[in-house]
Amino acid sequence: MIDAILQNRKLQFVVLLIVFTLLCVIITPSDTNIFWRLPPLIKGLPLAINDSVEYLMSDWFPIDIYDPEIDDYEQKPLLSQITRSLSSVILFLINLIRELLLGGVKTIVTFTGWDWASENTWARWPALPWTVVASGAVILGYALKGLRLAILAGLAFVYIAVFGQWEPSMETLSFVLIAAPVSVFLGLVLGVWAYKSRVVEMVLNPILNVAQTMPHFSYLVPVTVFFGIGDHAGAIATVIFATPPMVRLTLLGLKKVSAEVIEAGMMNGCTERQLLYRVQIPSARRDMLIGVNQVIMQCLAMTVIASFIGAKGLGHNLLLALNQLRIGQALELGICIVLIAVVLDRMSLAWANKQTDYFADLSFVARHKFSLLFLAVFMAGTILAYVGTFLIKEGPNYLYLIPHNKGITTEQFWQAGVDWVWETFFYVLKGFNEWLIKGVLLPIKNAYLGMPIVATFILTMGIAYILGGVRSSLIVGALLLFIALTEWWDRALITAYLMTVGVVVSTVFGVIAGTLCAQNNLATRFMLTVCDTLQTFPSFIYLIPVIMLFGITDTSVLFAVIVYATIPATRYTIEGLRSVPAQLHEAGSMSGVSWLQRWLTIELPLSLPHMMLGINQTVVFALFMVIIAAMIGTDDLGQLILKSLSDRHGVGNGLTLGLCVAFIGLAVDQVIRTWADERKRLLGID
Amino acid sequence: MPSEVVISETDQPVVQCDSVYKIFGDNAIRMLQSANGVVDSKSFHEAGCIVGVNNASFEVNTGELLIIMGLSGSGKSTLLRCISRLTEATAGKIFIEGEDILSMSSKQLIELRRNKMGMVFQSFALLPDKTVLENIAFPLQIKGTGTQESIKRAKDMVDLVGLDGRENYFPRQLSGGQQQRVGIARSLAVEPDIWFLDEPFSALDPLIRKEMQDEFLRLQSVLSKTILFVTHDFDEALRLADRIAIMKDGVIEQLDTPANIVLHPATDYVDKFTKEVPRERILRVESIMDPVDPAEDVSDLRISKDAIIGTVAEAVFSAGKPVTVVDKNQTVVGALHASKVVSVLFGSRAEH
Ligand SMILES: Nc1ncnc2c1ncn2[C@@H]1O[C@H](COP(=O)(O)OP(=O)(O)O)[C@@H](O)[C@H]1O
Ligand SMILES: [Mg+2]
Repeated sequence: MIDAILQNRKLQFVVLLIVFTLLCVIITPSDTNIFWRLPPLIKGLPLAINDSVEYLMSDWFPIDIYDPEIDDYEQKPLLSQITRSLSSVILFLINLIRELLLGGVKTIVTFTGWDWASENTWARWPALPWTVVASGAVILGYALKGLRLAILAGLAFVYIAVFGQWEPSMETLSFVLIAAPVSVFLGLVLGVWAYKSRVVEMVLNPILNVAQTMPHFSYLVPVTVFFGIGDHAGAIATVIFATPPMVRLTLLGLKKVSAEVIEAGMMNGCTERQLLYRVQIPSARRDMLIGVNQVIMQCLAMTVIASFIGAKGLGHNLLLALNQLRIGQALELGICIVLIAVVLDRMSLAWANKQTDYFADLSFVARHKFSLLFLAVFMAGTILAYVGTFLIKEGPNYLYLIPHNKGITTEQFWQAGVDWVWETFFYVLKGFNEWLIKGVLLPIKNAYLGMPIVATFILTMGIAYILGGVRSSLIVGALLLFIALTEWWDRALITAYLMTVGVVVSTVFGVIAGTLCAQNNLATRFMLTVCDTLQTFPSFIYLIPVIMLFGITDTSVLFAVIVYATIPATRYTIEGLRSVPAQLHEAGSMSGVSWLQRWLTIELPLSLPHMMLGINQTVVFALFMVIIAAMIGTDDLGQLILKSLSDRHGVGNGLTLGLCVAFIGLAVDQVIRTWADERKRLLGID
Repeated sequence: MPSEVVISETDQPVVQCDSVYKIFGDNAIRMLQSANGVVDSKSFHEAGCIVGVNNASFEVNTGELLIIMGLSGSGKSTLLRCISRLTEATAGKIFIEGEDILSMSSKQLIELRRNKMGMVFQSFALLPDKTVLENIAFPLQIKGTGTQESIKRAKDMVDLVGLDGRENYFPRQLSGGQQQRVGIARSLAVEPDIWFLDEPFSALDPLIRKEMQDEFLRLQSVLSKTILFVTHDFDEALRLADRIAIMKDGVIEQLDTPANIVLHPATDYVDKFTKEVPRERILRVESIMDPVDPAEDVSDLRISKDAIIGTVAEAVFSAGKPVTVVDKNQTVVGALHASKVVSVLFGSRAEH
């Protein structure tokens, strides 16, 4: 009997379920029953974090700093001095680019001081006329790739200008143009370092795991404590979030460079440096470019979140628009963000893939044609802007700079659309909404909350054991124990409930859509392109249409989660199915199995490991969306994280809550990854 | 040139290995010392060591093409990698043009590789992000040659290996044969004295392989490099080699000319290896000709004593009479009888 159970996974699951159900029935809810809920033993952790951060920032390692105001040395804590200098460097850089684009006085002030600047009112840096910036983008696009990129860049910038979003867009752009290169650089350095040293890799790996599963929000408070509030803080938070994928992909790319290529480099007489810079890094470029793409996407996804701690730009405005339920404006802003993301991504890609023409024997003009062209455009644009001051007597000079929200807008149209949808479908939507919440979501939520903690542990650790062995089981147990010992177990259950429902529905949709599309080459390409495009959208964008339809309810949250998390599920299903070798299809067809049989017996089992990795992604996506959706109003961990943002002592809470969310993700990740790896090994696929 | 090398410069071997061992494993050095140089791969394997190269001693002379041949896992690549110092030999001495490369500093080694060595790899090992031209120019640029000059030289190499018109292709846009042409051009770009090729054609289809072997022979007839060529394909070895070294479990079982290996196999292993080889493809006329008999009626046909039997068999048969064998100076040195050719073509080994 016991042997049979040990042999058979299905039996193991049955036994596990029976034990789980029994425990749920037997154990009575009571605050003192430790089988029901564990005592919050690490309740003090947030406070301890607060205190140590406080100590670090205000007392630790004081150094003498010269203060010109009082003409004397003063004791200041080292760390705050470091973070302050870092902040001012970053702020200076952001302002520099921003004022190149939009004009201003801050850069001049940095060198001269406010007093001088207010006396000499002529010393203002003028903005580049938007026509010049837009044409510059067109020229750059053409120089890098050709006509198509030029048109894309041109349309994007004209859209931004015409719709009156020039200023916030350039603010966002200046922010991204600093944050993205810094992230790429840091990612490269750390990735190379981890490649060179096993120890560094082993230390970095868990940090990256946590960093990539921590919700964006939970970084914000610590960043404000160390760096204050403003564009620089937003940029730093963005860098923290955008660097991990770059590190990962750099390391992955370097590891994938074949041993023979490295040996070829050595045989060509490379020194160690040359080997790294001219062989290994260039050969790993494919993966690194994916990393760069991810960095840019993360940077733009963070624009909204960074606006919570003072970053100016599109994100800030989008947040306001969402809060005021101005769907049309939110949509226009969202499009701006997506356009900037796409243009930056294509340009960085084109730049990295640019080929040198060694045979061209060019004259000075030919070699510098693009610079010369830009110079011409610059002068033309400036003259045009100057002429504009005479032509346009009333209102702003549209040939120079289109002020915020003074462009055309389609807001009325969208608002009318929303109104129409509401009026026409009000009862349908409302009915559906109520049915979903009362009939489906609430019972599931209550079921989650009604689980005794022992039952939860046995269930999760049991699944981990059956699928991944003792090690997996212990890791999952440890991760959950952390959450159980905080005072937020019930909140975590709610987060888990929203995530589970979202993941299940997304997976069903994703697998169906993916399977259908995988049958046909054209559909496959089309769907993968759609997935690529949708992944470019910052997660906030997904909230726009769902709020439009369902207002501020749990349903909205769920729909946003589903829409967002279906993307990876679809993509990985397609990739998994398409990687099934063609001979197997043919073997199946020859032996006369039906389409469904073939799918069930051949394609599904073979592609399941890869699809499971997709579900892994789905879980991460769903968790992020659940937390972001706290903006709409939920009562889970996300809500508390959001609260900690406005709390001066929120560091401890924010971090601990972030860890809780991350640990949920990591626990799922652990089980799925171990299973998928083993399965892939058994099937002999890589 | 270090003074302690006594061999005069003209007949100094280009590559010289003295009792080279390469043993993989943590306690390889200790094991080797206690074994006193007598390495048994089985007992070493039980102790957790893998024998790569076992007591290899040989020389390669200027302009010679030495083929290292053996089954997969016999240690061919390891031997080549020891000589190029991509791996460190566990024991033994290796000299390149008289210089002890195992005692070279990494700087000297880099200089050596930059100027004297070229290597071609089985999987081509091209840099994926660089074009054909950039790949070929790469070793020059590493050396510090200016862009203009290295690109010009690379363009010459492109023409040499017959890839003109594809300078700006990326490796992934080329067929296997074309990629290996790039690999060959790259390894030759710095005009190395010693050319290492590790199974350069093994990854190619048979037809392409034949074509590449022809190409290789053409290049070699122009360039006359000193070559160490690894292969597991005996046919290839026979087509190309001046001498062949046959390896088994890290040991060089025999190192000799193709004819001697086939005619006088040194060990049972080599014997087995060469059994199936058609001898008319290795043996030269010299080895089966008879002394000149003035009384005999010979045909007018004259063949060289160095000709491979297979290539002249048809002519000998159609002559109908014994044919005259001459040496380089057209001096008559013997006569070849069709019956001898028949026994080479169809006879068993025992008749020799
Ligand atoms: N880095 C290494 N570590 C351990 N064993 C190795 C290593 N490289 C090669 N070997 C072993 O040395 C033996 C010879 O390998 P190799 O020289 O590559 O063979 P060949 O090139 O003749 O196919 C093989 O048994 C192989 O497994
Ligand atoms: Mg080999």
